[in-house]
Amino acid sequence: MAIEDDVCVVGGGLAGMTSAIRAARKGARVRLVSHKKSTLRHASGLVDVLGYTPDGELVAEPFDALSALPEGHPYRRVGTDAVRAGLDLFDQVAGDAYRGNHTDTNALVPTHGGTVKPTARYPQSVAAGLASRSEETLFVGFETLTAFDAPLAADHLAAAGVPSRTRGVTVDFPGEFRADSRVTRFARALDENETIETTDGPTTARRALAAAVEPHLDGAGRVGFPAILGEDEPSAVRTALETRLGVEAFEVPMGPPSLPGLRLEELFDAALDEWGVRRTTGNPVVDFEADGGRIRAVYVDRNGQRTPFHADQFVLATGGLVGKGIDSDRTGVVEPVFDCHVPHPGDRYEWFADEAFGDHPFARFGVAVDDDLRPLDAGGGVEYGNLRAAGGVLGGADFAAEKSGSGISLATGHAAGRAAGEAV
Amino acid sequence: MGQRDLAGDRPRCGSCGGRGGVIDGLPTMSDADSTDEFEPVQVFETTDMDLRPGSDDCYKCSTCDTSCPVAEVDDEFPGPKFQGPEQWRLKRKEGHAVDDSITGCSNCMRCDDACPSSVPLSQMHNTARGEYVESQRFGRETLAALRRGKPREALEIVDEGRQGLVERVRNRILANYRTSAWFASKMPRLANRAMNFGPARWLMEKTLGVTSEREFPAFAEQTFREWWAERGGAHVENPEQRVAYFHGCYSNFNTTEVGKAMVRVYEAFGYEVLVPPQQCSGTPMFANGMLDDARRHAETNVANLAAAIDGGADVIASCTSCSMALRQEYPELFDLDGIESVAAHTYEALEYLRLHEDLEGALAEADVDAGEFAYHAPCHARNQGLDRQAIELFADLDGATVEDVGDSCSGISGTYGWKEEKYDYSMAIGEEMFEHMDAADGETGMTECPTCAMQMEHGTGYEIRHPLELLEEALV
Ligand SMILES: Cc1cc2nc3c(=O)[nH]c(=O)nc-3n(C[C@H](O)[C@H](O)[C@H](O)COP(=O)(O)OP(=O)(O)OC[C@H]3O[C@@H](n4cnc5c(N)ncnc54)[C@H](O)[C@@H]3O)c2cc1C
Ligand code: SF4
Ligand code: SF4
Repeated sequence: MAIEDDVCVVGGGLAGMTSAIRAARKGARVRLVSHKKSTLRHASGLVDVLGYTPDGELVAEPFDALSALPEGHPYRRVGTDAVRAGLDLFDQVAGDAYRGNHTDTNALVPTHGGTVKPTARYPQSVAAGLASRSEETLFVGFETLTAFDAPLAADHLAAAGVPSRTRGVTVDFPGEFRADSRVTRFARALDENETIETTDGPTTARRALAAAVEPHLDGAGRVGFPAILGEDEPSAVRTALETRLGVEAFEVPMGPPSLPGLRLEELFDAALDEWGVRRTTGNPVVDFEADGGRIRAVYVDRNGQRTPFHADQFVLATGGLVGKGIDSDRTGVVEPVFDCHVPHPGDRYEWFADEAFGDHPFARFGVAVDDDLRPLDAGGGVEYGNLRAAGGVLGGADFAAEKSGSGISLATGHAAGRAAGEAV
Repeated sequence: MGQRDLAGDRPRCGSCGGRGGVIDGLPTMSDADSTDEFEPVQVFETTDMDLRPGSDDCYKCSTCDTSCPVAEVDDEFPGPKFQGPEQWRLKRKEGHAVDDSITGCSNCMRCDDACPSSVPLSQMHNTARGEYVESQRFGRETLAALRRGKPREALEIVDEGRQGLVERVRNRILANYRTSAWFASKMPRLANRAMNFGPARWLMEKTLGVTSEREFPAFAEQTFREWWAERGGAHVENPEQRVAYFHGCYSNFNTTEVGKAMVRVYEAFGYEVLVPPQQCSGTPMFANGMLDDARRHAETNVANLAAAIDGGADVIASCTSCSMALRQEYPELFDLDGIESVAAHTYEALEYLRLHEDLEGALAEADVDAGEFAYHAPCHARNQGLDRQAIELFADLDGATVEDVGDSCSGISGTYGWKEEKYDYSMAIGEEMFEHMDAADGETGMTECPTCAMQMEHGTGYEIRHPLELLEEALV
């Protein structure tokens, strides 16, 4: 009767997919239930473990810095080994598409805003752009892609003291695209190497793009493009540009919608398939059934109709305030699926700091858990014996300030998935 | 067509009267209190269609644009963000009507799934399209121009209108497939020949813009309803387990084997099947902005299905666009008695069995001699969370392998791929699916959507089956 699995993971972001794969590897029959597609397509595609300490100091060696994090921090709950195991799982899923696993040291990646970001894993396409390298760099922006202002980003990077000379130039993306074309449209043109009309007659997209950039090279040792260099064939596109220009080419990660994020999503999708994870997406989980301190089923809603999904173990991976795993209104802060307790001050004015970029308590809102990642109620008791939480829904970390989002999702996703898989 | 402020004392609708609303147009509460959010039905209680509430939730991240198959191939189409939130913003400016690029949207509804902020994009598109088609009533504008003393402008309007008229007639014919099909079913053999008769098709393309590249689907010798009447209706009576079958147009007029498979499978599980009188689901009408037509059909469907539900039945559909219409588009667009009950009681045929019977157990014990299938999940299955169902279900069935050919759109999107000016785009969108089908082991296709099936066959030459047919082979 009905739909039954061993483990049911609620939420399809990095944490949910990681726990689903981990539980499946334990031999469990796993289902992932998610409202929206993975949020990776909004994220940069960079995988941060820890970029800054809670005091705002830049971290060079993230693993050394973990033990200094405060008591309730998710990394402290699962321990350093789980962080490494989570990254191992990531490396297996990402394969050649990602770099960074040769060292424990953070890499410094230039971003589209012209800042330098410390990160643990970065796409292969970003590698030639690392800020620690010293070749002169030309950044290329496109007239129609206002999200990346190449000259401005180059100036910011120079001001940030990167060891290489940086220049930026804005060119027209060759061909007749509409003024507000999307990154996916450019990526497709490059993927398929579409025929493009230029003033000198028809040519191919990759060749035309190289030709548009070449006059600006002027001795630069590498060229950085916004991350639009192909969705399905990124390395072929990059290689074609490198061959024509005679220098290395790289991508600068962009805000949403993010092609590196989309590519990573595809890698995770393939891994979910490989491990036989069953997926149901498109509608939210809104309710559940429990007895004797155990969850029996969750209910997915569509227009008032409720579909139950039964399982033995559950993982809550619905994300934080952005992913809608934690919600708030004027009266309080809640975890809307299982109504787990979310510790927060009763007085709303204590939720945030006065300065816009201050140390806001709300950034750390989330469920509190024990060392087995089981959510705790207001009295410190376990909410449900067979429910674990992973990723952004956990409290105690300020992902955005620490630059720790993906690392926490991987580490806690791994730990929750393994424990759930073992428990069935 | 002035923009009427939504503030004020609009009446509440009968079926959802208890709900809060968007009365001041601004959904102020967070999702924790989602009953206070945008309530589409209330918008339609005024005659003015409004796009605003969804617009306010959009933070312009453009993620929706990455999932739009039309934007990927058609440089003229500005994408879902423009069609929803931006159309509204533009419209606020004096003199801006709904931009005609809205007609480029194929209503695949993929953008809905992508938006992290739950902006009701496809609903906004349906609304904007409705308004666009409405605004095409050029007579009023012509008169206004004359009144302003601008005869030249009036002439231009008439001229544009004449061109637009052909398109509207064409869209209306395509959208009202049920009517043509009804005629054709009266003399199926003649219709099959006539509809695909070369010179006639050439004429249809030249005068109406219906592409001559495609073959019209063959009409069955006997409609599903005729078969149903001939067999004397249901063979199982069971007041405890009852389903009302929404067969839609295709399984009635064309792919009748799907409807028959559905009946036999359900009867094998002991269900009593009802086949209430019904009209078109309205899907092709939504996609062409013909909301008035769609509403007329919806009225009949909702009334008859709601009556069946009162009689103890749940509603099932074998076409995923039909179940999508009944479950989501109806309550989003229309305010009809019983509509919420129909939405809450409608299921896709496999989904329903899966929820109520041990379908997986039954399939694990069955075996067939069916071979390999290349399965494509229709876009409208995706939003219902059904895109992986067939793969999952048949995973343990001996004698059949069902392989997913990826998550691309088939590109036909109902009437979209039938339009002469869209045909090439439609094939460009479908390209990825054709390639994946070629690469898959199976040489038979499988999908729940009859128009996707048409496209799959058109692009690969494969024969296409419905999962229900495989289920019938395994269980009956
Ligand atoms: C714009 C942006 C940029 C980022 N950049 C970086 C970066 O540069 N480096 C980095 O390391 N990290 C970055 N991150 C963070 C990182 O990508 C993940 O967001 C983070 O790891 C949290 O992952 P998660 O799986 O816990 O939650 P999310 O990724 O938020 O996923 C939550 C999932 O749960 C689903 N869900 C929510 N509620 C329900 C429900 N009721 N029922 C069913 N499903 C539900 C959602 O649809 C979603 O799929 C960024 C995030 C964002 C949003
Ligand atoms: S419904 Fe489909 S075609 Fe229309 S805008 Fe959305 S994604 Fe594009
Ligand atoms: S995905 Fe949603 S929020 Fe983002 S641009 Fe599209 S409609 Fe707006």
